[in-house]
Amino acid sequence: MSEQAVPHLIIRKKSGWQALPFRELWEFRDLLNTLALRDVKLRYRQTAIGVIWVVLQPLIGAGLFSFIFGSVAKLSTGSDKVPYFAFSFAGLMCWNVFAQILQKASDSMVGNAHLVSKIYFPRMILPLATVHGVLLDFCVSGILMAVLLILYQIPIHVGALFLPVALAMAVMMALGIGLWAASLNVTFRDVKYVVPVFVNFLMWATPVAYAVSSLPITAQRVITFNPMAGVVESFRWAILGTPIANWNSVAYSALASILLFVLGAMMFQRAERKFADVI
Amino acid sequence: MSDIALSVRGLTKEYRILHNAEKHNRITDAVAHSVKSLIRKSEVETFKALDDVSFDVKKGEVLGIIGRNGAGKSTLLKILSRITEPTSGEVHLFGRVGSLLEVGTGFHPELTGRENIFLNGAILGMRKGEIERQFDAIVDFAEVEKFLDTPVKRYSSGMYVRLAFAVAAHLNPEILVVDEVLAVGDAQFQKKCLGKMQDVSRNEGRTVLFVSHNMAAVTALCCSCLLLRSGRSVGHGESQEVIRSYMDNGNAGIGGVFEPIMSSKNKELGFVKAFACGGEGIPASSFDVRHPIELVLHYKVFEKITGLELSARVERLDGTAVFTSMLSQGSPRDSQVRDPGLYASKLTIPGLFLMPDEYTVTIAAHVPARQFKVLDVHEQAFQFKVEETGTVFSRYGNGRSIGAVMLSAEWDTLTITDKALTWKAS
Repeated sequence: MSEQAVPHLIIRKKSGWQALPFRELWEFRDLLNTLALRDVKLRYRQTAIGVIWVVLQPLIGAGLFSFIFGSVAKLSTGSDKVPYFAFSFAGLMCWNVFAQILQKASDSMVGNAHLVSKIYFPRMILPLATVHGVLLDFCVSGILMAVLLILYQIPIHVGALFLPVALAMAVMMALGIGLWAASLNVTFRDVKYVVPVFVNFLMWATPVAYAVSSLPITAQRVITFNPMAGVVESFRWAILGTPIANWNSVAYSALASILLFVLGAMMFQRAERKFADVI
Repeated sequence: MSDIALSVRGLTKEYRILHNAEKHNRITDAVAHSVKSLIRKSEVETFKALDDVSFDVKKGEVLGIIGRNGAGKSTLLKILSRITEPTSGEVHLFGRVGSLLEVGTGFHPELTGRENIFLNGAILGMRKGEIERQFDAIVDFAEVEKFLDTPVKRYSSGMYVRLAFAVAAHLNPEILVVDEVLAVGDAQFQKKCLGKMQDVSRNEGRTVLFVSHNMAAVTALCCSCLLLRSGRSVGHGESQEVIRSYMDNGNAGIGGVFEPIMSSKNKELGFVKAFACGGEGIPASSFDVRHPIELVLHYKVFEKITGLELSARVERLDGTAVFTSMLSQGSPRDSQVRDPGLYASKLTIPGLFLMPDEYTVTIAAHVPARQFKVLDVHEQAFQFKVEETGTVFSRYGNGRSIGAVMLSAEWDTLTITDKALTWKAS
């Protein structure tokens, strides 16, 4: 072989920790979109009322929360102008983004095992492709939220600009944990059973159905350790203007979401090499 | 030289063998095991699926990769297509690789043909624009234009395979890696696929790596071959020669006895020994055409099996199957329940049946019940030769133009007179 022949690609054993494979992900962006589109298309095929399920789920959830916490327990939303229904609906909107991305991402490798063992592509495409569908659902419930804002005459304030930031935090946090869980799931199928339990537990430890301000002081301190607390609180503040008990917890959430995402991606990248052999 | 498409150097892939129940798919198992291994150092046995394999492939070359099951062909393809990474060694690729290890990977039954073309194309690494440009050609090749908007779950299996191959055939990589995909589809479509692959290499100058057990297809397609045996490259060169050494050698040892190494895959059943013999039970490799030939399979059953089916397929060296014989045909009253233990099953090919020629035997054990399950299979496990010892055909030279088998059919002759033609029972 002469010296000028430069290989297009060299296959050899990789080692060490690697950051996100941006270049590869970009090369395969069409696959990312196609897979995401596949999931969206499949979800409501052969369901009778299709997209209505997307809004029905949070509506029922918010209804339950506002009955139990608002009417029975008579908790405060922290703002006189905001009724409990809108309050818990906004909380659920944000929570669902986190919970659904986490659950779908953690199942994405095993659920697509036939692809993983037969075709090469950056494996991270699979968990990443779950985001589109969840965000689409988010947009649908966003329309409903807008209707609620008008009905309850809640004014939009400058804080609404913070909405994308809160959303990004939820997505990154979910992906971070989801990527880690997905790679663990390849070897240990237990993850499949642990994740729903974890999500359920975490939901009650997150101010989705209640405001942080309605907790006793000690509980407030404990709950700020949960990085999702700051995400949901700030999300609700951005939409409804409900007060945030502690802005430090939001900064903590932002930091945690970046850290979790990077860590999760690194774990995933490291485990990725063995997927095809183990799955 | 810059006309190299890919070069493989010292490629090795090791797998760790876990003994018996040492597979930890549950966290509790893994924890228990790691605690155990603290106390007692567990032995880790490694298995080399590929062992120091090196070769070069020129641009536009069609390389056939042959070898028995477990020789490392699939592992090699998996590394080349980047599904798994090597333990050591390197592959330099001078061009984009497209791999086709299975037809229809990623097809989704609920999606329509049109949607699946885009999905499958994207999975195989095509850009959206590329698929759009090739769309008509794909549909044309697959002959499914009428059913484009029907979910593929309503397709016949033939249509499904055609569509899947069509997408893959229109991939445009410089290097195409293909694994035994021609084993599916009807004869006419197989011909079309072979034609397409020939086209790809000859007219478009692309490099093809082709794995197959079908020696007829390998001979037709490939100018050169790589022969793998237990993970090592034991032959590389002109197709005819490599195929001959694959056929002549290694399949069976002295006396034509095939003794496979059992792997962890053999959970319920594993073949221990297989050979051809005359009436005396002594393994032999060549037989008198007039005498019956017995094919003997020794196998070990590890777990109780219900509904066991054994099969032996006798093939000519060019890959044409002469016949397949099943255990259930020969012993209908055999309950086919096997308790753990060592067994031998034998099938007898009558004399004056196989034409004088050389044959290979592929043996398999499976359970054809609701959940079809292959227990063990060995392609071209052993060979035998049928010698001409003076049949009526001996004077006609090459037996192949006469047929694959001899049939002692009944002939009867009458003199035709004016009277009515009747066959009298004799």
